[in-house]
Amino acid sequence: MDLSLSTRTEGDRTVVTVGGEIDVYTAPKLREQLIDLVSGGKYHLVVDMEGVDFLDSTGLGVLVGGLKRVRAHEGSLRLVCTQERILKIFRITGLTKVFPIHASVDEALAATD
Amino acid sequence: MPTVEVSFTALPAHVRTARLVALAVARRAGVSDQLLDEVRLAVGEACSRAVGVHQSKVPDQPVLMRLTDEQDRFVVEVVDGGPLEHEVADADLTALDTDELSAPAQDATADQLPDLLPPGFGLAVISGLVEDVNVVSDADGTHVRMTWPAPDVMAPDVN
Repeated sequence: MDLSLSTRTEGDRTVVTVGGEIDVYTAPKLREQLIDLVSGGKYHLVVDMEGVDFLDSTGLGVLVGGLKRVRAHEGSLRLVCTQERILKIFRITGLTKVFPIHASVDEALAATD
Repeated sequence: MPTVEVSFTALPAHVRTARLVALAVARRAGVSDQLLDEVRLAVGEACSRAVGVHQSKVPDQPVLMRLTDEQDRFVVEVVDGGPLEHEVADADLTALDTDELSAPAQDATADQLPDLLPPGFGLAVISGLVEDVNVVSDADGTHVRMTWPAPDVMAPDVN
């Protein structure tokens, strides 16, 4: 399974739907996508990871990079994830303190903190 | 002697293959279902790290992964051709500065941010994940050895 990416606009936010495996091979595609969005003035991102089957530390690095980019524009990057296998790596690395993680896209879109 | 030995060119594209092979052999060795995700992630981290080391130090040399189904355990050893250097000392996730990680990028237009996660991060993930992990450096390079319980429940082959 490779990486699949699609984006859609919801009000002032952009939802990035990611599917498949985010690893050392595919992470550069996600990085490009996030860079393109930020370059295009999209600073409020919701990354829907419900279709992600695998995430490693390279993928985490890309998400952290995305977060730093949107923060430079006073933007936000929220994650949607309920899968235990994916949440585990965020917990192990302490990155649950860095990313707001939501249970659904609707919840992430409604969040304003 | 390892049950399965995989030697692959140090390219990111092959890390997935290594994960799939490790997963298949782990399953066959009797590693429990709830540990398989852990095997997959830890093997992926070890192989990604090895690919990175090879690409910067010995790009022509293949990365080696040995999978061994022992009596009641499953052992994965990933061997790379580089010295360990500073990684082990840095492999401490509690030292990760979460404020720094979420700080705005200084130059948001830059296509490439510098390495966002510290060197040794992959190893730190492995040690956070796997109970039995051993990292040693010798003349061959660095060996990341990970062990999981694998009760011998599979019936012996009958063919």
